[in-house]
Amino acid sequence: MLEIRNVYKTFNVGTVNEKTALKGVSLTLEDGDFVTVIGGNGAGKSTMLNAIAGVWPVDEGQIIIDGEDVTKLPEYKRAAYLGRVFQDPMNGTAATMEIQENLALAKRRGKKRRVFAMGITKAEKEEYKNLLATLGLGLETRMTSKVGLLSGGQRQAITLLMASLQKPKLLLLDEHTAALDPKTAAKVLDTTDRIVNKEKLTTIMITHNMKDAIAHGNRLIMMMDGHIILDIKGEEKKRLTVEDLLHKFEEVSGEEFANDKAILG
Amino acid sequence: MLLSSLLNALPGAVAQGLIWGIMAIGVYITFRVLDIADLSVDGTMCTGAAVCVMMVQSGKNVWIAMLIAVAAGLLVGLATGIFHTAFGIPAILAGILTQLALWGVNLKIMGKANQPFSRGSEILITLKHVRGVPFYQNPIFIVAIFAALLILLLYFFFGTELGSSIRATGCNENMAKAQGINTNLNKVLGLMISNAIVAFSSALLSQYQGFCDINMGKGAIVIGLAACIIGEAIFGKIFKNFGLSLVAVAFGAVIYFIVLQVVIWLGVDTDLLKLFQALVVALFLAFPYWKKKYFTKPKSVYAAKEVK
Repeated sequence: MLEIRNVYKTFNVGTVNEKTALKGVSLTLEDGDFVTVIGGNGAGKSTMLNAIAGVWPVDEGQIIIDGEDVTKLPEYKRAAYLGRVFQDPMNGTAATMEIQENLALAKRRGKKRRVFAMGITKAEKEEYKNLLATLGLGLETRMTSKVGLLSGGQRQAITLLMASLQKPKLLLLDEHTAALDPKTAAKVLDTTDRIVNKEKLTTIMITHNMKDAIAHGNRLIMMMDGHIILDIKGEEKKRLTVEDLLHKFEEVSGEEFANDKAILG
Repeated sequence: MLLSSLLNALPGAVAQGLIWGIMAIGVYITFRVLDIADLSVDGTMCTGAAVCVMMVQSGKNVWIAMLIAVAAGLLVGLATGIFHTAFGIPAILAGILTQLALWGVNLKIMGKANQPFSRGSEILITLKHVRGVPFYQNPIFIVAIFAALLILLLYFFFGTELGSSIRATGCNENMAKAQGINTNLNKVLGLMISNAIVAFSSALLSQYQGFCDINMGKGAIVIGLAACIIGEAIFGKIFKNFGLSLVAVAFGAVIYFIVLQVVIWLGVDTDLLKLFQALVVALFLAFPYWKKKYFTKPKSVYAAKEVK
């Protein structure tokens, strides 16, 4: 479904802030894979997702989604294949627009925006009402509320819905629960699992939390310093524990995992 | 300082206010919908008039003349849009560049610094008809109809797929891109629509005053912003839907011109009017900022994250 071939990316070339964030990353995802990604700050996790999404062009390498080379496509064109949820709940929705309008915008992802077609139809409103009800947040009665009035958790739940409304070939979750309190984060993760399983979405989820990375998905990769240093899948992933993971990390990297938040969180 | 002299001046202020209200609706499209302050309108506010006057002078029908004026506005928006998106110039600077370029363009269109409508030209509105004519000839009535039609049209447009995607572009560009919206194209489209509306208002204003002058757009952006802000401040609480907020902007412009008329009536030195205009707009722009900074408790989305 997704193939990343030897991708390099360096930021601020030629300045004191020069940083090579991706150093030849390659990754192949099968249809229906749910990959969790862990790694310390600056490991290149978000950079990898942004490279897939086309936020900026990569320096080298190729990105292939479902057989199509999208390396040269601009971000808005790649969006046709991608559902995205960001770390900052502010990022995924249009605050001054209604809940139903946000959903309607997402429903038209990958399609031409026409002048002689309404931005939202009656039939759609009914559909969205039912979908919102499945979130269990009571949002189905607030369809015309501006999204800016909602809490971070509610906004992330809506963004998830938006990302999956038009079935994406690939769902990209960039620490989408990191800005939420633990209880809300758990709820949004449940919703994530439910949507991914129901739609059988190929998914990449970045998380800071080792337990979450182990509990979710069928494959786990760890990144460090612009490389993928661990790739655990199948039965091995199912049996994985936090201790195993720490042990493996030390084996591969030769240093101790020094991120309390990832271990304890 | 006779009250009657003020009352006499009021219908004129209302008519002018409505014409500038249409202009302010154009500014609203960029300032509020696209979240761009487009300064090219200072030039466009003369371009529309220049095209209209010269076309009518050469014997063209006034409706055709206005149509071409609107087309000129579209081109202005296209220029600013290309400066901003394809050349990567910040929006404010892109607008200033277009505005500067338009100075020359406007002079070339007119051939000199001002041009009147020739006597007997068949134009739609004139300030001579502010009173003492049947209501359907009154510029206030005619311009109000234009404004109402424009607001209806815009209300419909911004509810379409394309219109919604333009609103999303202005609200959250990251989100818009992630939803597959071509944000650069939408910015150009928004700028074109905005400048077309301003050019339309400009063509109306030239007819109302009977001439076009190279300076007639000077400070137009400030008047447009003032109308937007006054409209929001006074009607924002009641007029929440998109169409009604456009109505509020038009009312804002009318109120602005009535206040201006009162200030003139009070005997304030008219040389200083622009200074007062700038200060009033600066204060209105500052209020929401001060309110947020000094009168609300800090509250972020991270603090309000409870899900029921």
